[in-house]
Amino acid sequence: MSTNQYLDIFIEEATENLQNLNQALLQLESNPEDSSLLNSIFRIAHTLKGMAGTMGFNKMSGLTHIMEDVLQKVKNGVLVLSEELINLLFRSFDALEDYVKSIINSGNEGVNEYHNLIHKLRNIDRQSVHEEDTQENDRLNIPNNIMHLDKYVKNIIEKAHEMGMNVYRITIYLDKGCVLKSARAFVIFRVLEMYSDIIKSEPEVMDIEDEKFDFMFSVIIISREDKDIIIKELYKIAEVEKVELDVLKKVNEIPQKDIAASKDVTTTIIKDSRPTKTIRVDIQRLDVLLNLVGELIIQKTRLEEVYDDKSQIYEESLKHLERIISSLHDAVMKVRMVPVEIVFNRFPRMIRDLSKKLGKEIVLVMSGEDTELDRTVVDEIGEPLVHLLRNSVDHGIETPGKRLALGKPEQGHINLRAYQDGDNVVIEVEDDGQGINIEKVKEKAIEKGITTLEEIKTATEKQILELLFLPSMSTADTISSLSGRGVGLDVVKTKIESLGGIVEIETRKGKGTKFIIRLPLTLAMIQALLVYIGEERYAIPLSSVKQIVKIKPQEIKEVQKREILLMGETIIPIVKLNQVLDIQTEKDKQSMTIVIVSKGEKLYGLAVDNLIGQQEIVIKNVGKYLSGIKTISGATILGDGKVALILDLNYIAQ
Amino acid sequence: MEGLKTPNIIQVLSFKLGEDEYGMDIRNITTIIENNLPITRVPGVPPYIKGVINLRGDIVPVLELRRKLNLQPVEDTEDTKIIVVDIDDMTVGIKVDRVLEVVQLDKECIEEVSGIGDENSRDYFSGLGRIKDRVIILMDIEKVIRI
Repeated sequence: MSTNQYLDIFIEEATENLQNLNQALLQLESNPEDSSLLNSIFRIAHTLKGMAGTMGFNKMSGLTHIMEDVLQKVKNGVLVLSEELINLLFRSFDALEDYVKSIINSGNEGVNEYHNLIHKLRNIDRQSVHEEDTQENDRLNIPNNIMHLDKYVKNIIEKAHEMGMNVYRITIYLDKGCVLKSARAFVIFRVLEMYSDIIKSEPEVMDIEDEKFDFMFSVIIISREDKDIIIKELYKIAEVEKVELDVLKKVNEIPQKDIAASKDVTTTIIKDSRPTKTIRVDIQRLDVLLNLVGELIIQKTRLEEVYDDKSQIYEESLKHLERIISSLHDAVMKVRMVPVEIVFNRFPRMIRDLSKKLGKEIVLVMSGEDTELDRTVVDEIGEPLVHLLRNSVDHGIETPGKRLALGKPEQGHINLRAYQDGDNVVIEVEDDGQGINIEKVKEKAIEKGITTLEEIKTATEKQILELLFLPSMSTADTISSLSGRGVGLDVVKTKIESLGGIVEIETRKGKGTKFIIRLPLTLAMIQALLVYIGEERYAIPLSSVKQIVKIKPQEIKEVQKREILLMGETIIPIVKLNQVLDIQTEKDKQSMTIVIVSKGEKLYGLAVDNLIGQQEIVIKNVGKYLSGIKTISGATILGDGKVALILDLNYIAQ
Repeated sequence: MEGLKTPNIIQVLSFKLGEDEYGMDIRNITTIIENNLPITRVPGVPPYIKGVINLRGDIVPVLELRRKLNLQPVEDTEDTKIIVVDIDDMTVGIKVDRVLEVVQLDKECIEEVSGIGDENSRDYFSGLGRIKDRVIILMDIEKVIRI
């Protein structure tokens, strides 16, 4: 059988399962008593084993097999969930992740065998074997008590007891050579139904029909018959290797820890058990769809422009078309939105490892994981966030000893928040560490020749912090393996800006540092103000435009060689776009049009020649070849088919 | 496919700048278009980049090969064409005076470059192809785009 066509599905599902595993492990580390977490880890290992086995990834299925063995023993109370074991589980997770990565890259598991890890897992396993002989059952490595009993089932069982019926739990093991497992299971169900009512099956009947089970399944039945008769009948069926039957007396006696713990059940488990009606779509297909919507918008704009003598019918249907396109656009954009959770998921583990390595005690508090962003943004945001988080762990949070001496709680906190704010999504990384030493930043900047002593004297704190985003500014005295190395915040800034976002720092000495990232909700289309500068047309993102004013040229004052405009109390630096963009325009004009834009908290006035109007534009990439051009952030195609460039205010307003 | 053909033959699109005949490997070429699309100037780029065009919904920069090779600029004519190449995810339109044809060139008929072009432009030449008395200056388009 060719498994290639299933490889994509395998990769997607394995990645998802690994993420859940990671989460569950992290939670287990802090709540080792929580049996529901153990169950969910067990189930993930089980699922992965099955998946890997089907695909012929034997190393992966071997490792998950051993994990399952060990976990089973913990579940049965034979093994204690020691710190050592948790660490081994983490290492197993890493190994699995490596396998999956290798599968993604090359289609096979790679050469790494993880002998050492497997040996250790086995040894932990061995220690327990002599303690309890019943573990022999586990040869088949199959869980025999992971049945979830919901309230409904429990009520039925109780009722059956009241009526004097027998309740059995039967686990049936099929012969390993069994080819048509589901057909065999069907026969078994038929036989059971002759003698009893089946009230519960694990896995679900549907899954059994789809052959979504190994060589065993369990059922709970209510019957008037004696257990021996049922066992005898079951053994008559071909390919039934073994039948295990437990008599369930009272509900309480069911070896079921997770009933009581159900209120602690993590979201992971809920997700696993809830069937969702979703389909997986290649992101490229969505890109195609989005491009088509973009073309539609361009053509619509063109229709608006070419038809001079507008009749009412024309106007109306154009308006109607506009509404439809706009809904279509929204719908397509929504499809592309994914929760930031998929990026955030890996951070708890990262922080755990980093803080252990550095001997720091750090709690990562995450919120707003369900905040949604365009898929492309989510894909790109991981790297800068890793950088900022590492920064906080490395430079921000002090060692426990130092914190105590400062009268701070021993444990440092890093808050990672995401939330939507109008058309933006804000992601904040905040730590309660030592804050940024402004003086040190000043020294470094002067030392590196980035700025001069005079400039520093007049600079605001904000301006000094901005310096941190320049290449080759690193304030840590020791360069660690975590951050530093001179590759610093400039990378973060560049990345965020390439996504159309901005990043800011707030810091308080001794109290902590906060990085605030603002990202546009969607990348592909924006409202823009189109302007003429000379004969050329440019687009300014409307979200930045605060106000448009017409002034007389003499209203512009010159202060410290900078042109400014006074509006009430506010001083607004003027940027003459014709100079920045090197465009010839007529001089001696009677009036000037100033587009006032905001960048962060600051306002800037852009001098333009004429306004064209507001328009929804499709952002197009200018391509790699022109990626070095700082004044523009992209381009768009106007109704007449010509290209207009989108101004990059991050650069221009400086 | 290549393996099936004679390995020593390369296919070259030949084009003209003034009187000289140039050539580039056809494998990088996506399309050849007329020079009639409106072009938008881009600020802050070297003078040999004429601007960007809308090529069926994609933004494509146009490079004037004459300027890149330090040749005298000429007026555009009907023959002026833009050869769109795609190298390493970079799509660039290259403006030439006239496109001639695709020629098969035996690698053995390619000589080393010497004595043509100035210091700057020599980097862009990868060899001199000879077919009888025709001489084709072969261009390394990747270098034209990268340097």
